[in-house]
Amino acid sequence: MDGGSGIMLSELRTMWEVLKHTFTKAETVQYPEEMPYLSPRYRGRIVLTRDPDGEERCVACNLCAAVCPVDCIALQKETRADGTWYPEFFRINFSRCIMCGMCEEACPTYAIQLTPDFEMCEYDRQNMVYEKENLLINGVGKYPDYNFYRVSGMQTATKDKGEAKNEAAPIDPKSLLP
Amino acid sequence: MPTIYVDDQALEVAQGENILEACLNAGLDLPYFCWHPAMGSIGSCRQCAVVQYQNEEDTKGRIVMGCMTPVTEGARFSLNTDNASKFREAVVESLMLNHPHDCPVCGEGGECHLQDMTVMVGHRDRRYTGKKNTHRNQYLGPLIHHEMNRCITCYRCERYYRDYAGGNDLAAQASHDHVYFGRHEEGVLQSEFSGNLVEVCPTGVFTDKPFLKHYSRKWDLQSAPSICSGCAVGCNIAPAERYGKLKRVHNRYNHEVNGYFLCDRGRFGSGYINSDSRLDYAGIKKPDGSFMAVHQQQAIDTAVEWVKNKKVAGIGSPRGSIEANYLLRELVGAANFVPGFSDREAGILKAIVRILKTTTAINPSIKQMETADAILILGEDVTNTAPRVALGLRQAVRNKAFELAAQMGLPQWQDAAVRNLAQDQRSPMIIVSATDTRLDDVASQCISLSPDDIAAFGYGVAEALSGRKSQDEMVNQVAAVLAGANNPLVISGASMLHEGIVNSAVAVAEQLHSCDKPSMLSLCVAESNSLGLALLVDDPNSDANMSIANLTKQASDFDVVIVLENSLERRGLSEQIDSLYKANTKVISMDILENTTLANSDLVLPAASYAESQGTVVNSEGRAQRYFPVYQPSTERLPSWQWLLKLAVGCEHGGLANLEYFDQVVAACANSQAAFGRLVDVAPMRDYRNQGLKVPRQTHRYSGRTAMHAGVSVHEPQQPQDSQSPLTFSMEGLNRESPAALMPYVWSPGWNSNQSLQKFQAEVDGPLKGGTAGVHLISSDASGAVEPAVPITPTLKPHHWRLVPVHQVHGSDEMSVNTDEIAQLAGRAFIAVGAKLAEKLGVTEGDGLIVAPHNTELSLQVKILSRVAKNCVGFSAGYLETLDLQPGDLVTLSKDEAWVQPTSTVIATDRGPAHV
Repeated sequence: MDGGSGIMLSELRTMWEVLKHTFTKAETVQYPEEMPYLSPRYRGRIVLTRDPDGEERCVACNLCAAVCPVDCIALQKETRADGTWYPEFFRINFSRCIMCGMCEEACPTYAIQLTPDFEMCEYDRQNMVYEKENLLINGVGKYPDYNFYRVSGMQTATKDKGEAKNEAAPIDPKSLLP
Repeated sequence: MPTIYVDDQALEVAQGENILEACLNAGLDLPYFCWHPAMGSIGSCRQCAVVQYQNEEDTKGRIVMGCMTPVTEGARFSLNTDNASKFREAVVESLMLNHPHDCPVCGEGGECHLQDMTVMVGHRDRRYTGKKNTHRNQYLGPLIHHEMNRCITCYRCERYYRDYAGGNDLAAQASHDHVYFGRHEEGVLQSEFSGNLVEVCPTGVFTDKPFLKHYSRKWDLQSAPSICSGCAVGCNIAPAERYGKLKRVHNRYNHEVNGYFLCDRGRFGSGYINSDSRLDYAGIKKPDGSFMAVHQQQAIDTAVEWVKNKKVAGIGSPRGSIEANYLLRELVGAANFVPGFSDREAGILKAIVRILKTTTAINPSIKQMETADAILILGEDVTNTAPRVALGLRQAVRNKAFELAAQMGLPQWQDAAVRNLAQDQRSPMIIVSATDTRLDDVASQCISLSPDDIAAFGYGVAEALSGRKSQDEMVNQVAAVLAGANNPLVISGASMLHEGIVNSAVAVAEQLHSCDKPSMLSLCVAESNSLGLALLVDDPNSDANMSIANLTKQASDFDVVIVLENSLERRGLSEQIDSLYKANTKVISMDILENTTLANSDLVLPAASYAESQGTVVNSEGRAQRYFPVYQPSTERLPSWQWLLKLAVGCEHGGLANLEYFDQVVAACANSQAAFGRLVDVAPMRDYRNQGLKVPRQTHRYSGRTAMHAGVSVHEPQQPQDSQSPLTFSMEGLNRESPAALMPYVWSPGWNSNQSLQKFQAEVDGPLKGGTAGVHLISSDASGAVEPAVPITPTLKPHHWRLVPVHQVHGSDEMSVNTDEIAQLAGRAFIAVGAKLAEKLGVTEGDGLIVAPHNTELSLQVKILSRVAKNCVGFSAGYLETLDLQPGDLVTLSKDEAWVQPTSTVIATDRGPAHV
């Protein structure tokens, strides 16, 4: 093909495409007056959720902290009177967080979830440090049904040994029956 | 050396090994559960299956258990063939059928051998849809948490607890898939070594209860190589910290000392470090007796003002490091330095140093003690005074079993077969003591004698060994037993505060030596650095010999007395010590916890605990070992050696003022006395680098670095710098291939649990690749240490009893008893009598007895012992209430009618009444 005319055609085509887009619906929105749509799976501000019974889901297993590539999660395990675990404190330093979502993937109890909120601007960097009271929401987030302690074999105040999902009643080791 | 072929790779293996050991030695990852290097094989878990082939042509082979198959020349195996790996995966799948889906809330998670092995065999998805078995948990005391659902029935706990550690209150119950490991009923585990269940259990059935309260994952812990301060055995430990608190203590392998196991005092007795009664700031006493908190520099300035150019005395500490004691001794001058033992203990330690420097007998490590085939224990309840040694002695009595096994051609690792063969046959162990001991159950003979009679008995045995038969037939019997042994071991120590007993033990050991036997003599001392301090004052260049009694009498001759980590009320009678406080002498003391000495001082300095400082201690074997700080001391605490060095610098002390680094103090100490010449070799100096980097205290997956301090300020602080040691407060660096003295934790890819230790050992159950930590400071010139017997005619008064100390693993140690859990187990001070005497006095266990030594009266709880020597009563040694009772004193006893029996401090359940 003749080189010169090829260049000319390409540029005309580009101009035509651009012109055409003048008449299509704009993808950009007038943020902040107008809010964009973000899917529920969007990876924004992190929250700690509650289970369907309204209890804290986080059991302080430390997996989120271990998997965090920027080490911005710190927590300390504490025990309730019935033996269940919860975080005494749970801190995320959002000034370090890269919203990668690895913590959510690692979480075995669906406690830690990322939300479609990305508007985290502060004048003072210290305000980017979220403690448990800032992170904990009164809801189940994306996973409405899961309650770790209903599945786990650990005895709790409301669930005896053998009452978890798929568990048989406790064995009496002193019984002579087969 | 046979050659075997594993997946067509030729391996040179040691004769008598099994395939599992051979594979682990070759660095191959063969999963296992029930096998343990210290406990051998029983082949119960079926996890280490490999395929064995008849010959080169055989392509089918058959599955055998690696741990149960001895190596034979030319044998062919495969780990990786489909058959073997599918079998191993199926085994894990079946073990996981009842596993309770609770790893996130399990104290083993992240360092779980079951997790590691599950990943290693590649099992992922659960196929079984049936119901899971469940079990009820038991309350096992304040130290061990029980979660039976997690059990994979490998039987390691039972084999450790009963067979290895000699416990009798934990066992397997029921059968088939109902098997249960626990006590016959809820209650405190009775063994002094129960804490090792935490490390022995491959999953989370037994976990560390105090640690669980403030739990952190293994990867989040910052650890340093350290030495236990609970007694003088010098077990190697790895204490771990997070958020400025000491979280737990784990075993740190030392081939010659503690091996894989610790006692409960060592593992759980460090909680006092997080105690509220720790000192945070220095304080100067105000005229009204209260203290005014001052800053470090102000405290130093005050101390310098008081000390400079004045007449100063120093009291050292048997629980302080050599370096701190050395600095104090140099600062005040050798003539004004008191080692800080009670006067009686000082005399015995002087004798022990003399003995160790001249005896013809071998001074053994625990590893050597385990080879003994006849043991004589004179006056020592080893389980309570040097617990880890007692665990070694329990292995030594099995030498009879190994001897029988060798005759049958059975290898030692065939654990079940060897035990079955031997039944109750054991190597002889003779215990001569004033009261019952915790080794009585494995002893061939227990003899109850008063301390003076124990010494006479020992000398009698020595005489009988030399050919002069005694009139006492028992003496002749014991002598005959020892004479028939190849590796006899004699154990004694300072716990009875009776020099005659120690000397009689030397007489026996040396008499055995002169009968051409490589006899061993081990002498227990009380505290972590008792022997180091005794060595320090055993200075041939100085004839200074001041005692606590002298010092308290001449207290007003001194302007200032400096007390190093010592609560003086434990070292002398209270009236003696009071005269020191009342004298017009200023007292400067530094210590870790509040105590009466601090309360009576004019200037107190907050000292760092062993977990926050570095130093060298010498164990009863004469092995110098170094501990390193796990984390930096918080608030205004400083390690004692730094307080003393700052004071020396302020006073412009000639020899010390130019020292700055710990290593320089070590070098100065090494130069000061020939005995400490090798102190510089104990551990690498601060300029040591591994591949150009310092040794990391943190794991490579240490989390939360940018968030843990963000609550205080989002501006992250610099990591603390450690200019004093070869370790760093960081995750940067290699945790491999460093010397044994610098091994903070064990971890290897794919091996997150403590089983990764085998990757650090030169061979299975052998020394570490980095050698064995510790340097022997005492070598004997073998000139003989026997002293002639001092004939004692004991004075006996009618209706009087002689006091003998009864030591308790939980309670007798000064520091560990400040840990809540240990205090709970220690219970109250007691007076221990035999059943007959109790009947005569009309008391039963738990009643009160009025004990009256010369001029005081003391009401104590009665404890009934299974055997007590004639005319003797025991008292709880080291308990605050009984500090003024002196061993050997005569007392009268009468029932305390007004005694109110205290309610038990050990609770019945840890989860309230709802828990069944």
